[in-house]
Amino acid sequence: MRLVERLPRPLLIFFSVIGPGFVTAMVDNDAGGIFTYSQAGAMFGYVMLWTLAPIALLLVVTQEMNARMGAVTGKGLSDLIREEFGLRTTFVVMLLLVIGNFTNVIAEFAGVASALELFHVSRYVSVPLAALAVWFLVVKGTYASVEKIFLGACVVYIAYIAAAVMISPDWEASALASVYPVIHWDTAYLTLLVGLVGTSIAPWMQFYLQAAVVEKGITVKDYKESRIEVIVGCVVMVVVAFFIIVACAAAIWKHGPREIGDAAEAAKALKPFGAYAYLLFSAGLLNASLFAASILPLSTAYSVCEGLGFESGVNKRFREAPIFYWLYTGLIVVGAAVVLLPNFPLIKMILFSQVVNGVLLPIILVFMIKLVNKTDIMGEWTNPRFYNVIAWIAVVVLAGLTMVLMSLTVRDMFFAV
Amino acid sequence: MAENLLFLTELMGMKVFDLKGRKIGRLRDACLVPRVDPVRVDRYLVGGELTWWTVRFDQVATISLDGIFLRDEQLIPYHEDEFMLRMVRDLLDQQIIDIHGRKVVRVNDVTLERRHEDGHDQLWVLEVDVGVRSIFRRLCQGIVPPKLVRRAMMRIPPNSIRWEFCNIVEPDPQRRLRLNIDMRALEDMHPADLADIVEELSHEDREAVFEAIDSEVAAETLSEVEDPRTQVSILESLEADRAADIVEEMAPDEAADVLAEMEESKSEAILEEMEAEPKTEVEELLEFDEKSAGGMMTSEFVSVPDTATAADAMAAIRLNVDAVDTLTTLFLVDAAGRLTGVLPIGRLVLADPATPLRVLAGDDDTVSVKVSERRDRVTEVVDKYNLMALPVVSDAGILLGAITADDIISVLRQE
Repeated sequence: MRLVERLPRPLLIFFSVIGPGFVTAMVDNDAGGIFTYSQAGAMFGYVMLWTLAPIALLLVVTQEMNARMGAVTGKGLSDLIREEFGLRTTFVVMLLLVIGNFTNVIAEFAGVASALELFHVSRYVSVPLAALAVWFLVVKGTYASVEKIFLGACVVYIAYIAAAVMISPDWEASALASVYPVIHWDTAYLTLLVGLVGTSIAPWMQFYLQAAVVEKGITVKDYKESRIEVIVGCVVMVVVAFFIIVACAAAIWKHGPREIGDAAEAAKALKPFGAYAYLLFSAGLLNASLFAASILPLSTAYSVCEGLGFESGVNKRFREAPIFYWLYTGLIVVGAAVVLLPNFPLIKMILFSQVVNGVLLPIILVFMIKLVNKTDIMGEWTNPRFYNVIAWIAVVVLAGLTMVLMSLTVRDMFFAV
Repeated sequence: MAENLLFLTELMGMKVFDLKGRKIGRLRDACLVPRVDPVRVDRYLVGGELTWWTVRFDQVATISLDGIFLRDEQLIPYHEDEFMLRMVRDLLDQQIIDIHGRKVVRVNDVTLERRHEDGHDQLWVLEVDVGVRSIFRRLCQGIVPPKLVRRAMMRIPPNSIRWEFCNIVEPDPQRRLRLNIDMRALEDMHPADLADIVEELSHEDREAVFEAIDSEVAAETLSEVEDPRTQVSILESLEADRAADIVEEMAPDEAADVLAEMEESKSEAILEEMEAEPKTEVEELLEFDEKSAGGMMTSEFVSVPDTATAADAMAAIRLNVDAVDTLTTLFLVDAAGRLTGVLPIGRLVLADPATPLRVLAGDDDTVSVKVSERRDRVTEVVDKYNLMALPVVSDAGILLGAITADDIISVLRQE
């Protein structure tokens, strides 16, 4: 405690606002993210590393706008959308958000299942237990202790860096590939490219981050530190992604490029390089899945209830905020149950979720740019012009990419063998 | 559904007809002019082909689901009017405070009552609708015929707030005046409830509440706000003299706690504006380390000379009317101000007025802590001796302040 008090003030403020931006960025590397990065490494080696820098830029631009809106207005994104664009728009956005997030939750529980199956724990044990744990963690714990658990969990992501280092990959090649853009004009590469962007920049993040900034009580005064925190979070997230790709490139691609079925398969591929690399990768996957599984349902319930004007909050009793609790519980229970269904078309479901998120993301970004430029909401904190240019380019790029992804997915869903 | 009710959603986009039954446009908004009448719809805004028109309430003949029929066509073009509360723009989808239910709600719809008075139809605001039924109505509006919507929605339980319990929060003080919005109704709420509400509001709405309500209520509410960061940001958002008014009304220990969390330039500006007496009290408390007994104590306590009688003590309490609500214990001091005894109020009530206080206090050891005592040790002492109030003394034994049980509870909850 004494040590913390002696730190210079800017640093002190940084540590006191650490949280929202960091947690969002960390949760972003969820089960789906790890799978996609592993896939990129396994199939194309170091080649796709160049995408990470632009992804980081897009991430920073979008996340920064959310943090700024939260700090300036003290309102969540769904609140602002509701107040400026009306109930019907909000309802449609919330419906898409629930569908998109629900399928994400399924993916997280599937991640828990496959991570623990590596340790020979049956999914019929691990998934119900994980669901219960997640539910209790949020409903019965106080917010402060919950956030400490989440933040502590972020440390586990170092596991990926350690795992990658143990395999001793080709650092020169990976450094070169990080700055040298290569595009292969084949479907596999393009699908993966879109997938990388899609898992890195997801609609739920915009809602979660802004809500968390408001919840934390961050105001314009501490905004500078908050912005640094958002940027640091995004950078760390991309660094973790870098090491996942590198690890899989060295462990799988080097011995013959191939497609992997799930993230657990990537972990298995690390086995020859020592028990620790394997253990670390699996632990990282498990943590990522649990972490995202705790945040996604909660964030969804908050956003929906705020946007539609229902009472919300874990400090309320069930009777006071029934819709909030039903939605929250429902997402967890159904999300976990679906994973246990034999023959459930999990991959199709995840692809479907990518489509829904793909439709939603550009819509939300357009709303965000409109909101952040309104002087009656943001005062002097509207976007500078160059910022708007970047933001609109981001929208066009993301919309274009998701369009590609959607058409690819729809084709796969209906015309694949 | 009673025939005389109409919802704002149904009103929106409704066709408006002139005397000859020709359509002149659609309804865009309905306005109250609270300075004239806080309940009756005063103006209707009609979107015509080229411009919006303002229709006074007495220019309307009939209003029903079939449309609005005018009885007077002398319309004036719409122009922005600061005295108008436009229900669609200013109320719909916005957050208001439900004074009765003590919470912040979001307006989905407004229920209006149609009355036939002075030979024409008028609309009066009855309720503000929240909850699922009104969401359903909004979603169906313009897609499903209103009559069908009305029938279908009966299956959903209603959730509405009577208009007189609705408190609009308007950040702009000028506009608050023009719209006749006062926050006096908030002052009747329990400060703890009001604090919960305030915590849910946006920054500028919070500021509006604290600007508008009575400073004593504001002080109590601020004390009840749980997160110190929120307390600080509220005080910092206010003008220094307004913040000072509020801080003056707070218990000195709580005031010192909040000020200690603030940036020094801001807290100094507030202290600058404070009256001399509360200012010195707070400043003295600010000197102590937050995590010591000195930082926890309040300088508001009642002490009497240990040579006095029960009657003198009662007189002393009467002089401290402000403190009576929370007073549990009297402290006895000698001529030098050193603590010599502690007397629970209860014993005083039963005592004969002539009894010396020293006798009433008995021979029990007087439990006290030094001003530099650590926080966890303080909570331990209060717990061990089951105290409602713990005296804090200087190294020389001079009584400086007291720590009350509610301070201890706050400390424990924050840990």
